[in-house]
Amino acid sequence: MANPATLSSTIAATDPVTSRLGEGPSGPRPRKALSPRNIMLYGTLIIVSLYYLLPLYVMLVTSLKDMAEIRMGNIFSPPTEITFEPWVKAWSEACTGVNCDGLSRGFWNSVRILIPSVIISMTIALISGYTLAKWKFKGSEVFFTMLLVGAFIPYQVMLYPIVIGLRETGGFLTDIWQATCNVFTAAEGACRGRVQLFGSISGLVIVHTIFGMPINVLLFRNYFAAIPDELFKAARVDGAGFWQILLRIILPMSLPIIVVSGIIQVTGIWNDFLFGVVYTRAEQYPMTVQLNNIVNSVQGIKEYNVNMAATLLTGLVPLTVYFFSGRLFVRGIAAGAVKG
Amino acid sequence: MAVASDEGRVSTSRTETAQARRPVRLFRNLMSKIALTPMILTAVVVFFGGTIWTVVYSFTSSGLLPRMNWVGLDQYERLWSTAKWLVSIQNLALYGILSLVFTLVIGFVLAALLDRKIRFEDTFRTIFLYPFALSFIVTGLIWQWILNPDFGIQGIVRDMGWESFTFNPLNDPDIVMYGLLIAGLWQGTGLIMCIMLAGLRGIDEDIWKAARVDGIGTVKTYVRIIIPMMRPVFVTAVVLITSGIIKLYDLVVAQTSGGPGISSEVPAKYVMQAMFGGQNLGQGFAASTMMLLSVVIILVPWALLEFGGRKRG
Amino acid sequence: MTLKTKLLAATAICAAGAVHAEEMEVMHWWTSGGEAAAVSEFAKALNERTDHTWIDGAIAGGGDTARPVMVSRILGGDPPAAFQFNHGLQAQELIEAGLMLDLTDVAEAEGWTDIVNPPSLLDACTYEGRIYCAPVNIHSWQWMWLSNDAFEQAGVEVPESWTEFTEAVPALQEAGITPLAVGGQSWQQNGMFGVMAIALAGQEDWLAVNRDKNAEVARGESYARVFQAFADARDWSDGLDVQDWNQATNAVIEDTAAAQIMGDWAQGEFAVAGETAGEDYSCLPGLGEVAILDTGGDAFYFPVTGDPDMEAAQKELAALLLSPEVQVAFNSAKGSLPIRGDVDLTTVNECTQKGLDLLANNQTLPSGNQLLSPDTTTQLNDLMTEFWNTPSMTAEEAQERYAQIIESAG
Repeated sequence: MANPATLSSTIAATDPVTSRLGEGPSGPRPRKALSPRNIMLYGTLIIVSLYYLLPLYVMLVTSLKDMAEIRMGNIFSPPTEITFEPWVKAWSEACTGVNCDGLSRGFWNSVRILIPSVIISMTIALISGYTLAKWKFKGSEVFFTMLLVGAFIPYQVMLYPIVIGLRETGGFLTDIWQATCNVFTAAEGACRGRVQLFGSISGLVIVHTIFGMPINVLLFRNYFAAIPDELFKAARVDGAGFWQILLRIILPMSLPIIVVSGIIQVTGIWNDFLFGVVYTRAEQYPMTVQLNNIVNSVQGIKEYNVNMAATLLTGLVPLTVYFFSGRLFVRGIAAGAVKG
Repeated sequence: MAVASDEGRVSTSRTETAQARRPVRLFRNLMSKIALTPMILTAVVVFFGGTIWTVVYSFTSSGLLPRMNWVGLDQYERLWSTAKWLVSIQNLALYGILSLVFTLVIGFVLAALLDRKIRFEDTFRTIFLYPFALSFIVTGLIWQWILNPDFGIQGIVRDMGWESFTFNPLNDPDIVMYGLLIAGLWQGTGLIMCIMLAGLRGIDEDIWKAARVDGIGTVKTYVRIIIPMMRPVFVTAVVLITSGIIKLYDLVVAQTSGGPGISSEVPAKYVMQAMFGGQNLGQGFAASTMMLLSVVIILVPWALLEFGGRKRG
Repeated sequence: MTLKTKLLAATAICAAGAVHAEEMEVMHWWTSGGEAAAVSEFAKALNERTDHTWIDGAIAGGGDTARPVMVSRILGGDPPAAFQFNHGLQAQELIEAGLMLDLTDVAEAEGWTDIVNPPSLLDACTYEGRIYCAPVNIHSWQWMWLSNDAFEQAGVEVPESWTEFTEAVPALQEAGITPLAVGGQSWQQNGMFGVMAIALAGQEDWLAVNRDKNAEVARGESYARVFQAFADARDWSDGLDVQDWNQATNAVIEDTAAAQIMGDWAQGEFAVAGETAGEDYSCLPGLGEVAILDTGGDAFYFPVTGDPDMEAAQKELAALLLSPEVQVAFNSAKGSLPIRGDVDLTTVNECTQKGLDLLANNQTLPSGNQLLSPDTTTQLNDLMTEFWNTPSMTAEEAQERYAQIIESAG
């Protein structure tokens, strides 16, 4: 059996000038455009795509029908008369309680929550994964196992402990801040500022970082573990330190995994409802709260077309990220670097 | 731990030049400890601390608010005498095994297909991944429609002339879990495909060339060489899938709300229902403690094996 | 005394000093069309009649979704100015823990004890003699909605009671009409059971079971009758695979089903579909067997904030919610009944009038929410839905398990 170890000698023997940097997939190059193999390949992909696209199709046609047509009941039939009214309504008119301005109300709040949360949670996860993979120390794996258990806790169970934790931490930091502040100034009331973690976006960012951590650290750790140690050791011999190795060697090699982590974090944070609604106040509610209010009302008639349009609209941001960041799914950089 | 000390020794011997410039040996690994502080805090304070907190309160009669009214094992007795809980864990076992196997297989096959230098890779990848981006509330509803006997698939097939065709999973207690599985796979396989694809892209192209030179077939190359090399990626995928299975909740609520009857109840839903619907935090904590206990029983021996044993290539 | 002076009086009692304009975040789960219109009346009243501003914190999905959010906010020390709960035992722990604002002085200044009808609503807000919540509306479960057309198609008279309905069932089935429309969710089945219990076991036995937790009565003969009827209902609902209650209502509207047992909120669906009470559909409070309404509904609670300005504003809002004009505007939009008997709704149809008459005659019962803890209700939901979907489970078996739950609740 050919195992990777014996193969590496073969690799050295084959063409050394291979590095098609930043380019395309692996695997043997297909031979003819209409070979039986290609028909099988594309045939399978297209049939599988149909299963994935069927619900999208139903959502799309439903979102373009009016309610009278939806009540007739054929979910697969295309709309007899296309109307964009549901989309307009979902974006800017639907009532989500007292306010009747649809999803648009929470869009920028969501963006304001998304950007810091994604950046901070991914950075911390990447650094932690790198440390766990390449700079292990006594006990680091024990903490990592503990963290992994966290991936299996339904996060609703942690709701109250985290709420209490944030309240206490906020109070504690306030005390420290006021004590420090009082040392430097004698002015009455100058130190009234409070550190508010609960009920603010900073608290929410912390919570997203915490709950994104188990999966993302695992993702990075296991990816970095596959990077050959020789490379890492050579860099250390050359005198590179912790951060230099991370920035110069590891980071350029980890584009695909950064994309995967990004997909998970962007989707998770953008679609988050519970944390957004618990850890912020009404004026900062993310868009998912409006989405929930549009589609999840218990009483009253359900406007299915508006629900579909609202769901698709909310999904647009992660979908855009998927489509464009997918171009970073490249290979070859790692291969080139190893040989260099 | 074996790994850590082993690793330390190796790097000591091989990085003497680096060490010469760092007089204090104790602080050699200091930066890594600082860098790991946020993770250690999260693991110890939030997850470990939170778990202990949950376990402690599972022995109380806490209702709407967590309170220290000690009741011993009452919550657990009630838990194990509740029909809904017993149905929940059976359902989870069935759904879990099927979902794990199918997600891994479908995810890997799709990734391998996409990795064959095909055209429109971006399009196909986005098609397989898009369900991940859509909120459960509405996708559950869509699958409810598609699986509806009157105007969904069954209706369409019957209209085409096959009068006796029966496909009504959501209203049949015996097969309702498969109805959930169809939607669950649709939602979750795309992400696993992406992780697999990232793993495949991390594999040196020269491996393929070498395999070809050695005359090994495509499928054989995948099974014998690529998959073993992707072991860490598979570990990631398995953890991701199982954690999703354990936490399975939104999909059930959106698609069946546990019905018909209690035939598609799952443990996470039992926990939520007890905590927030029944305002019985103690009962919810007892149920989640049982869930965590089973996770720990599986995860910790595995982790010891994975991290405690010798390092793998 | 005009509203304004009353309000001033109330304010003067609780906070001697200038009224500060506060931003009041109010959390609730009213988001669907009619509900949103109704809650807008509250917001409008607050914004226009006082200096304060209403910040809307709507979270759809009912109490199960919204409640943990509200409790988290209170636990985290950043509570909203006010929030909505159902009447009853749900908020009792928050009151016990001293987290809720005592509204007794507002209630006294406004004379709530005299105007709130039925008085049981205020009892549900009272803990150790102090009042902690402001009830705003009454919803009742005790209704059966019937499609006049469906009975016409089957060639029978529209029934006036459950007994008559039972007799009409064979004819309905013959005509291919599902006699009873029931959604797949557990709360619908349990709610329906509650209605049948009051109608068929009678008020006394129902109170013995639900209020006094008397398991003997629950095992007794009257409840055996209820379970038998419930088992019949199970058979009669076969053939209609619907989940949501409004889908079930829709089956009645479209005459594919003959009847539905559902709370007064179902009437909104008939109205939206353009149907008229009396002509297209009929309604039977108490299943036509007993003339009685249960009086559940919603109430607002006000968390303790420790800020005297906010406290004054909260009390002002509490008084405002119960004021006559606001009550009329709110309940007309929501389709619920006002909590004070001294106001007239703007639009009243035949069915709403029946409800108002029962209220006026004090033919009311407390709702299940006021008597049973949410925990017990969840257990009952589970039992009822299991029974409903397990054809092999007998009425006797279900009754015994029901009695056990009642026993453990007592």
